[in-house]
Amino acid sequence: MGNNLTNLTIAEARDGLTGGDFSAVELAEVHNKAVADARDLNAFVTETPDVALSAAKASDARRAAGDVRGPMDGVPVAIKDLFCTEGIQSTAGSHILEGFVPEYESTVSQNLKDAGAVMVGKSNMDEFAMGSATVSSYYGNTINPWKAATGENAGKDLVPGGSSGGSASAVAARLCLGATGTDTGGSIRQPASFTGIVGMKPTYGRCSRWGIVAFASSLDQAGPMTRTVRDAAIMLGAMAGHDLRDSTSAPVETPDFESSLGQGVKGLRVGIPKEYTADGMPQEITDLWAKGAEWLKAAGAEIIDVSLPHTKYALPTYYIVAPAEASANLARYDGVRFGLRVDGESLDDMYMNTRGEGFGEEVQRRVLIGTYVLSAGYYDAYYVKAQKVRTRIAGDFNAAFEDVDVMLAPTAPSPAFAIGEKMDDPVAMYLNDVFTVPASLAGLPAMSVPAGLSADGLPLGLQLIARPFDELTLFRAGEALEQAAGFDLPIFSGGED
Amino acid sequence: MALDQDTVRRIAFLARIRVEDERLDQIAGELDGILHWVEQLSEVDTDGVEPMTSVTEVIPALRSDVVNDGNCRDRVLANAPDPVDGFYTVPKVVE
Repeated sequence: MGNNLTNLTIAEARDGLTGGDFSAVELAEVHNKAVADARDLNAFVTETPDVALSAAKASDARRAAGDVRGPMDGVPVAIKDLFCTEGIQSTAGSHILEGFVPEYESTVSQNLKDAGAVMVGKSNMDEFAMGSATVSSYYGNTINPWKAATGENAGKDLVPGGSSGGSASAVAARLCLGATGTDTGGSIRQPASFTGIVGMKPTYGRCSRWGIVAFASSLDQAGPMTRTVRDAAIMLGAMAGHDLRDSTSAPVETPDFESSLGQGVKGLRVGIPKEYTADGMPQEITDLWAKGAEWLKAAGAEIIDVSLPHTKYALPTYYIVAPAEASANLARYDGVRFGLRVDGESLDDMYMNTRGEGFGEEVQRRVLIGTYVLSAGYYDAYYVKAQKVRTRIAGDFNAAFEDVDVMLAPTAPSPAFAIGEKMDDPVAMYLNDVFTVPASLAGLPAMSVPAGLSADGLPLGLQLIARPFDELTLFRAGEALEQAAGFDLPIFSGGED
Repeated sequence: MALDQDTVRRIAFLARIRVEDERLDQIAGELDGILHWVEQLSEVDTDGVEPMTSVTEVIPALRSDVVNDGNCRDRVLANAPDPVDGFYTVPKVVE
């Protein structure tokens, strides 16, 4: 089957491995080659072909002995470089963690390992997951495999979105069948929209945060990035689960997410939140959103207009809460216990030199903002106020979910933009996350499904948002959207041409 | 409200981040832009609203209060930049 193996979905790979059509080693070899051939995308900080090969050999040996660990056994995946992986450098995209080789494995990547998944590499990302374009990585920016056919960005290198941009590019360019991402304010869903793949952020607490480099602890959540909704359901099943080492990990059962598929959406109540518009949002995104509602209606769903009145305050709330938590979490990078150390005359000098040199511009900006809003005299005015508005935002969702089962909205206010755009104004970059941040603040499960193309030929995603721990409804509605959209991910040529 | 150089210098020290003097104005401008933008939250009526302190209404699980880790000094120190004789080191603090 040769290179066609890179075109498989996870579900097809599972069936092919079960049927003996190919081996896990064959799958690993073609994906190792695909990763090496696509280095111009810079989707990986660290490639791990040897790890992949030995995991694949072990998977084949288990299968031969009749011990199959489930649908991910033998499936090649990328792991975002925010997940600590034992014995393999884990950088979080930062200079301050260059050369950091964890002595432990994050729970989510351990769960995937235990399920037999085969890691092909650690994917690139915005430094400490702070960004929406994967341009703030110390290890260089990642490139989106898509190119605009027409328009002002025709032929230019485009961003893959962020912060999980390496994972998004790797899945879209068929360097792996799935990848882990993390989403704090949209870092799974927005890059999924920019690269034409499925990106799913589960309910806060569904996946353990243990061993994931912390950005904003009340928002961070891991999730799958895949080429189909079914694959997201399969992969989430292998990632999720209660973990005593993360006190915010929810002690709930992990359902069989894949079982929710194939049911259709007849009778499902789909909310259209009227506030999900942004200044300067292209008409084609508004049109695609309306089309998405029509598709679901044609499939038997009931479309209901809903209001989430505090939506416009979500982004400024986020830019108080997330930097505040980040400034506390990033205090650990002190040049003493791990990571970079830049010497100084005194202890304070050493701290300041280390953090001045080790953190990039955007990380410094957010730590400074967070420090400011938490400092004496400002704590109530900024941080406590933001946490109260956050209660309001979550309350909007609670009220709307009295009348609907799931909501439909755009994922991002634009398609992928060119590398270098939005770099001189932090707030312009933050506006990328205007539609993804509200569900993050409320801890709700949400998913971006590729739904169409812009006039210039770039992918656009639509977002579904569900009640806490109701991922089953999310997948069910996502499958209906996917089937109606009939979105076709192209096969991108290799890096040589 | 505009941030001045001294305020940025003070915040940078609180955050223990070295910021060279020539960058102070640029950073003051950027932080000012962000803070000005988040000021719009003052429009929201939050009288009687509790700040959100937990994201989902899930009661955390309890575990037994027992030691379940330890005796792994070398692994703990494996990534330390400058360990000496099984200890972390810092610049001289006491004269």
